[in-house]
Amino acid sequence: MASFEYGMDYADIRDQVARICAEYPGSYWQELDDKAEYPHAFVDALTQSGYLAALIPEEYGGAGLPIRAASVILETIHANGCSAAACHAQMYTMGTVLRHGSAEQKQKYLPAIASGALRLQAFGVTEPTTGSDTTQLKTRAVKQGDQYVVNGQKIWTSRAHQSDLMLLLARTTPVDQVTKRTQGLSTFLVDLREVRGNGCEIRSIPTMINHNTTEVFFDDMAIPADSLVGEEGNGFRNILSGMNAERVLIASEALGDGRYFLDKGVAYANERVVFGNPIGSNQGIAFPLAQAYAQLEAAELMIRKAAALYDAGEDCGEAANIAKYLASEAAWKAADETFQTYGGFAFAKEYQIERKWREVRLWRTAPISNNMVLNFVCQNVLGLPRSY
Amino acid sequence: MKVLVPVKRVVDANVKVRVKPDNSGVDLNNVKMAVNPFCEIAIEEAVRLKEAGSASEVIAVSVGAGNCQEQLRTCLALGADRAILVETDVDPQPLGIAKALAALQEKEGAELVIFGKQSIDGDNAQTGQMFAALTGMSQATFASEVKVGDGKLEVTREIDGGLQTLSIKLPAVVTTDLRLNEPRYASLPNIMKAKKKPLDVISPADLGVDLTPTVEVLSVEPPAEREAGIIVETVEELVDKLKNEAKVIS
Ligand SMILES: Cc1cc2nc3c(=O)[nH]c(=O)nc-3n(C[C@H](O)[C@H](O)[C@H](O)COP(=O)(O)OP(=O)(O)OC[C@H]3O[C@@H](n4cnc5c(N)ncnc54)[C@H](O)[C@@H]3O)c2cc1C
Repeated sequence: MASFEYGMDYADIRDQVARICAEYPGSYWQELDDKAEYPHAFVDALTQSGYLAALIPEEYGGAGLPIRAASVILETIHANGCSAAACHAQMYTMGTVLRHGSAEQKQKYLPAIASGALRLQAFGVTEPTTGSDTTQLKTRAVKQGDQYVVNGQKIWTSRAHQSDLMLLLARTTPVDQVTKRTQGLSTFLVDLREVRGNGCEIRSIPTMINHNTTEVFFDDMAIPADSLVGEEGNGFRNILSGMNAERVLIASEALGDGRYFLDKGVAYANERVVFGNPIGSNQGIAFPLAQAYAQLEAAELMIRKAAALYDAGEDCGEAANIAKYLASEAAWKAADETFQTYGGFAFAKEYQIERKWREVRLWRTAPISNNMVLNFVCQNVLGLPRSY
Repeated sequence: MKVLVPVKRVVDANVKVRVKPDNSGVDLNNVKMAVNPFCEIAIEEAVRLKEAGSASEVIAVSVGAGNCQEQLRTCLALGADRAILVETDVDPQPLGIAKALAALQEKEGAELVIFGKQSIDGDNAQTGQMFAALTGMSQATFASEVKVGDGKLEVTREIDGGLQTLSIKLPAVVTTDLRLNEPRYASLPNIMKAKKKPLDVISPADLGVDLTPTVEVLSVEPPAEREAGIIVETVEELVDKLKNEAKVIS
């Protein structure tokens, strides 16, 4: 088992990221939330300062850091009241190209992704009719000469409007012609600048959080054959390691959110005096905050374990899934208890609690619903029979 | 023009400090440390001078324990070219630090030395001035603007109720005020590059100085706790309390 460090690792990165965040206070996020606008200024600052290129190897212009560093960056952003949801995928979606792309694809895309000139932060997996049952997805890509022709539909494709490239998972061999359901799927790098209005339509989905998510329709969308990343039919396997990375990183954001809430909740519990005492002196207020703290600490340990396994090149599926589960639940606990601690003031937009509370709810559902994490643990760790 | 910037490792400005139970000092266990904010302004000014072509090299230097290397690395990430740590286990005091820096200046021969006007831990505001006295260099303290001229500096100082502009000859010592500039944050590539920049560790003995403290701290007390406030019902009640309880008006 890979060892992992506990403590303030990457203090230099934490410090500088926190400093960027200090320039984007709650009022900045609140205003964007009201208008459902993309946080361009914040994303530009993170891009220009190179933090989104942390995972890209140095030879392609990135910092070549391990996933633990990316985890620290995202945790710090969220612990400081900001949100990386608008750009986190720029950090890791490229991983599929890096691990499975051809030398030409890597040369062509990675340096531009590292500099931020090219945005690859849309990942089209989920579909409206099949949801969590990923391998049953209906979008088809059929090879015709030097092209693939794609038909189908994706939903919840976040940031498609703010992406130049989209990583797409589509079926290339019909499910009844493969021995395992995970086979016959392929990954493509779709140049959205070429196909929009040309077989591809992107529509925004208004949601309860400012998330810039969309649905994407493919109607005889033709893409060059060299859009294929890795081998045809191996797409599901190609994205698995990326999904583990995503789970560790989303867990880190959730952890940061939880820390943010707990700071706020504890400060308010100490400050707010009713019945002549700080409300935090009531165990009904204090215990839930302590429970949230304990849960966050446990989640942090699991995130560190998952990152250590990932960085050591060991199988981290179990740890990454559990980290995402624990962190999203702990963050929600911290959010909801802080919400309760704030009393009526939690509802006033000015305090940021209601907005962050809405935002942190997402991690229990996406990128994978927590029930599906438990299914993973039941089948792959505990050896229980599959129920579905 | 070579620029030397002394920097201090201090408790991060956002940390709520606690006094040790025996009142011997502030508890530094597991406390987040940072570059003293005034020193960071000094680094920023030096780096800006380099970017403007006025400075040729920026050297960050710290006098303190081995872990000061963390803050020196931050300075390297912010744009300093190299760093020097004068490593010591004693908790150095302003005079000792000034002496060590003066000895170092003899070797380095910097034309400009930029200090923070004070460090946010001890609030002494002495080291820059002591250094200027020891080296005989001209000095301008509490700078809010620095312009480099031919063989001299024009420095605007923040003084009580206004500004004063001085012209001083190089080599010179400047100490920075809060409004001199707004320090940048370090980019990730610069943090990575900083790991490869030279950081020399030397001892006070190498400089021929003795850092043994000359001032003994007798006790450190936290500020008195603020008592909970009260909400008054009426203006009359407020006036009454100000008169009769607080006795601040009559
Ligand atoms: C804001 C937002 C952004 C998103 N961004 C992206 C994106 O960028 N790219 C992308 O591809 N997807 C994205 N998603 C999709 C997300 O990954 C899915 O919503 C999620 O995986 C759940 O799928 P579903 O919504 O179809 O729910 P369903 O699969 O319909 O599930 C509904 C509920 O039933 C439960 N359930 C289903 N099957 C089982 C079972 N066998 N056992 C127990 N419980 C079960 C689920 O846990 C869930 O609670 C996003 C979603 C949201 C809301």
